Amino acid sequence: MIGIVYYGAGNIFSLTSALDRLGISYGMIHTEADFEQYDRYIIPGVGHAGAAMNKLVSTGLVPKIKALEKPTLGICVGMQLITSYSEEGDSNLLDIIPVKTLRFADSAEYKVPHTGWNRVYHESENLLFKGIPQGAHFYFVHSYFIEFNDAYTLASTDYSLKFSASIVKNNFYGVQFHPEKSGAFGEQLLTNFANL
Amino acid sequence: MLAKRIIPCLDVKDGRTVKGVNFVDLRDAGDPVELAWQYSQQGADELVFLDITATHERRKTLVELVKAVARNINIPFTIGGGINSIADADALLNAGADKVSINSAAVRTPGLIDELAGAFGVQFVVVAVDTRHTDGKNIVYLNGGRIPTEKETFDWILEAESRGAGEILLTSMDHDGTKAGFDCTFLKTINNAVHIPVIASGGAGNVQHFVDVFEQANVDAALAASVFHYGEILIPDLKGILKDKGIEVRI
Repeated sequence: MIGIVYYGAGNIFSLTSALDRLGISYGMIHTEADFEQYDRYIIPGVGHAGAAMNKLVSTGLVPKIKALEKPTLGICVGMQLITSYSEEGDSNLLDIIPVKTLRFADSAEYKVPHTGWNRVYHESENLLFKGIPQGAHFYFVHSYFIEFNDAYTLASTDYSLKFSASIVKNNFYGVQFHPEKSGAFGEQLLTNFANL
Repeated sequence: MLAKRIIPCLDVKDGRTVKGVNFVDLRDAGDPVELAWQYSQQGADELVFLDITATHERRKTLVELVKAVARNINIPFTIGGGINSIADADALLNAGADKVSINSAAVRTPGLIDELAGAFGVQFVVVAVDTRHTDGKNIVYLNGGRIPTEKETFDWILEAESRGAGEILLTSMDHDGTKAGFDCTFLKTINNAVHIPVIASGGAGNVQHFVDVFEQANVDAALAASVFHYGEILIPDLKGILKDKGIEVRI
């Protein structure tokens, strides 16, 4: 059963709807004690990474999150939170995975926010992408990206440069795209996470 | 490579789709949720719902519709029509909408763009612009192209971008309903001038029109209603042809 870390950073109705459709059970985590009821966790998030970090800090859950040993998936800004730093608001983040979140450079050819369906390529084998072909399209909407890193990038996408569409370190996973809005492959990824 | 998006637009009134739809396998052509689901299965990349309800119950009905769509559909969708405040947008976002589209309200109160972008992020804010050629200029129109404003379209779009629009939905009223093709020339001018995605709307009549708007204007997405609703263009066929033309699409 998935515990969703509830800290007020944006809409999670689409995420819970996707889990409902897939028959994946979940509950909300409000306090440290709530973590014990679940065997895996999702950190959602939309909006401003610095503001989201401030909200997460105010819940008092940060030390517990950093010490989690069960599978934990950050989605979009929730993924950015597990990195060390974001240029958005010049913010120090959870520093669970030592990579940085940077802003896309404005250019005529590559518009920001990076909005729409782009191809995702796995850099290494992982059960999170089981059954999902190389180059499958996922839905992105973001202005900040996580830098590519040989050690931690699980899947990459090209948009003016190669960046981390997904990262992993031990039990911590992140995806920049929105699996709950990414059609059948997005649903496959959520199912894979529920089965890790 | 980022895929070009194909976006069917559904007009809804009192929670029901209003334009006729003749999908043969549709049980209830007036049910926006079933129609949306059909489009998502066909390979639509995104959906736009334009609410034209005028009653006091509008907001409550719309929130229920958005929730029903979010429960059933696994692609992003935008809601437009009658959004005048942060509270309107907040209710729709919490119900599962990915973006809101504002049109007349933004023209009347441009600061609404700044407020929405500040509250929810630029990616949540689509500014829809209805434009018409008038006396050699491109002028912004309101109320479905009936009421001209003082604003020149080019200037207004740049202002909307600077205020925090995350995307522009540009409908050429001269082309809308003609099925004679998109206004590729003006769309190209706008697309080259902004650094945010542009959705082309108005004039789609056949597959070649989609090829033209992506090849000539290089817009990020193309929106249409009747050609999809009446089954004149099937999305899998359209995407197959775009792919053959070397245009990146999600199949």
